[in-house]
Amino acid sequence: MSDINYKPTSAFGKWFDERLPLLTLFNGHLMQYPTPKNLNYWWTFGGILTFCLVTQIITGIVLAMHYTAHADLAFSSVEHIMRDVNYGWLIRYIHSNGASMFFLAVYIHIFRALFYGSYKSPREVIWILGIIIYILMMAAAFMGYVLPWGQMSFWGATVITNLFSAIPLIGESITQWLWGGYSVDNPTLNRFFSLHYLIPFLILGLVILHIWALHVPGNNNPVGIDLKKDGSDTVPFHPYIVIKDLFALVIFMIIFAGFVFYAPNVLGHSDNYIPADPLVTPAHIVPEWYLLPFYAILRSVPDKLGGVVLMFGAIFILAALPWLDTSKVRSAVFRPIYKQFFWLLVIDVLVLGYMGAMPAEGTYLLISRVATVYYFLHFLIIMPLLGFMEKTKPVPLSIADPILSGSGNLAAAKKDNNNI
Amino acid sequence: MSEDNNKKEKPTRREFIHIATTTVGAVGAGCIALPLVTQMNPDASVKALAKVEVDISKIEKGNEVTVMWRGKPIFIRRRTDEEVNKARQVSLKELKDPQKDEDRVKKGKDEWLVMIGVCTHLGCVPLKQQGEYGGWFCPCHGSHYDISGRIRKGPAPVNMEVPNYEFVSENKLVIG
Amino acid sequence: MKKIFYLSSILVLLCTNLLAAGDAAKPIKVDWSFNGFFGKFDRAQLQRGYQVYKEVCASCHSMKYLSFRNLGEIGGPEFSEAEVKAIAAGFTVKDGPNEEGEMFDRPGLPKDKFVSPYPNEKAARAVNGGAYPPDMSVLVKARSGGADYIYSILMGYENPPLDMKIEDGVYYNKYMAGNKIRMAAPLNDGSVEYSDGTKSSVSQMSKDVTAFLTWAAEPHLEKRKRIGFKTILYLLIFSILVFLSMKKIWSRIETKV
Repeated sequence: MSDINYKPTSAFGKWFDERLPLLTLFNGHLMQYPTPKNLNYWWTFGGILTFCLVTQIITGIVLAMHYTAHADLAFSSVEHIMRDVNYGWLIRYIHSNGASMFFLAVYIHIFRALFYGSYKSPREVIWILGIIIYILMMAAAFMGYVLPWGQMSFWGATVITNLFSAIPLIGESITQWLWGGYSVDNPTLNRFFSLHYLIPFLILGLVILHIWALHVPGNNNPVGIDLKKDGSDTVPFHPYIVIKDLFALVIFMIIFAGFVFYAPNVLGHSDNYIPADPLVTPAHIVPEWYLLPFYAILRSVPDKLGGVVLMFGAIFILAALPWLDTSKVRSAVFRPIYKQFFWLLVIDVLVLGYMGAMPAEGTYLLISRVATVYYFLHFLIIMPLLGFMEKTKPVPLSIADPILSGSGNLAAAKKDNNNI
Repeated sequence: MSEDNNKKEKPTRREFIHIATTTVGAVGAGCIALPLVTQMNPDASVKALAKVEVDISKIEKGNEVTVMWRGKPIFIRRRTDEEVNKARQVSLKELKDPQKDEDRVKKGKDEWLVMIGVCTHLGCVPLKQQGEYGGWFCPCHGSHYDISGRIRKGPAPVNMEVPNYEFVSENKLVIG
Repeated sequence: MKKIFYLSSILVLLCTNLLAAGDAAKPIKVDWSFNGFFGKFDRAQLQRGYQVYKEVCASCHSMKYLSFRNLGEIGGPEFSEAEVKAIAAGFTVKDGPNEEGEMFDRPGLPKDKFVSPYPNEKAARAVNGGAYPPDMSVLVKARSGGADYIYSILMGYENPPLDMKIEDGVYYNKYMAGNKIRMAAPLNDGSVEYSDGTKSSVSQMSKDVTAFLTWAAEPHLEKRKRIGFKTILYLLIFSILVFLSMKKIWSRIETKV
């Protein structure tokens, strides 16, 4: 990381780098940085997420040049962007679909960490920084969705801000403090705009810390074992990882473009093209798809405060994962029982997401409750127990040699190699 | 390291495929930049207001009307015959920004003076029928304009600007 | 990998069931000219659709985000500049205040927004028995089912089933949520006389006005799909180039695990 052999080539470069070692930093962390050579495509999502953040910031700043954050004018200003501003429709659709793509990438990124044990020692702080980034993403997305001031904007904001009134004693006051009034109205919209503009830059700062913390131990890898100290297991980040990240990014952009140009409203809700009306509540209030699992957990609990506690608990419990998971083995490749539970968790989260979009009654409610209980069961009971009870597969000695020397089952070992 | 061996054989010119990829990538980057830059250009609703029609039938000789065009005031003055003559008698040598009155009006419509009512010094709006030259006076820094809108005294560098306009009929003027 | 594929396909199948609300029938599927990757509007259809909107719908439904000049812009009905001026001039628009400080009326100009039938929502409700005829600027995007749904509503007026009680001022519609709608059937055969001679059946007028409303909600649809095609084609080509670059670079390493 700090390569004392690096010297900037130009005279200006030398002069500048002596005063502020940006060039050395760039060279050390983004070019020569030793990266495991066995990373698979699940590792490209960090780069993809950086692209998503930059895209949202740039399109967001441009939209803010034309948007008006006033309850009487917000909806019209968005229509003005869509109709009159040069390429306004394109920038708006990139921003709204970009938010969805951002969350798609972050969920894949998180589940990669869950599968390969990237949250385990010594990477706990990277993981926790990541959870904080995720929480800020959800806050930014929630507030951003309010800005067009459609029916879902208004009523989604009403439902979620009303949750704070569940806090005993001070709940009402906190809610009115959030609203700036006695209901969601213009003051709420204005402050959401301000905070929505701010949060991405907080995220940017945390991302820098996230990468810095990563570069201390170095990247995890699909086999989950520590690398040899002699550097034979790594390649320099540039050009090997840069080009691989770029390839994955281009494929990601094809999917992104598919939504932006051919199905720009399919991930949204048609009710948000109806201007906000405080007197008319939509038949079904639903958040955007990426918040649905938490919405399902919230509505599973009959008690208002209980629902709020469990919903936030579902996020905070992730932060405790490095200590809840007691297994000494990192990668699920060598944890056959955990692997099954991993996929069960994926199914559970997808079920919760689907239930979040359904009315909270009858069979839907029952399934939501079962899925919620299972979610907490996974983290609080299954993860700790598995560490003690699971018989893990033998872990290879090096990444270049996943076939454990002396292991009789060559065929099985080779099969594992293909499944990485 | 295996890479060291390859490094010795690495050709000095970059591989063609990398050049191709980089070039195509640069084209893409340019295409992305285009909408991000052009979005700041005047949008369709602003461009729709780019022209303004003015009914001049009610303006009598010696009178002046101010209308807004593209966010700026436009002075439309219907000058009396004496005022036009006075403007034409001024020698070009006396003018900081030499311009004949005939060049500041439309042929056959010499009485009509149409100008952007913004002082060419630092942008204040001059006051009508004031100043020492029978035209306009800018109170901000003391620029005097004559009855043809030309700068005669004071810090303004050039005459008040005449915008594009045309008479679409006897009673209607279109500016822009 | 396979597991993810199966899971997502199950979810997609489950989600497609969400189209109809309650007793409403699923919308009629129409093969619109603007559907698909290369969809385009039919100019003549948009012009007919505007005529239907103007002569039938505009008496109750506003379209406040559209301006007359939009009718002449590329990608829409593409009326000529003279036609747009004439259409605008046919409407009376409020302007002012004048030099006396009063508001006054004047003929419309291309830059003006479409004129609303009512000054505000409360007035609209008062005249329509408490129901608000929604603004149509983005109506096609504001309804699940989009253009198919709007078309279906216009075609969905039927006699109610014998056991259903329909109150005064409410009408039976096969495709409306709850099967009840507060708007009487707005179209009858021949309601509008098309200037291009097309036969104005209810089905034809419904299609034309729906296409017009789709354009009104998405005036840049054609440009969006055109640029989309070029973008995705570019990305596919670029992905191949990047892939080849990647293979070349990684070939420098003897063994990749």
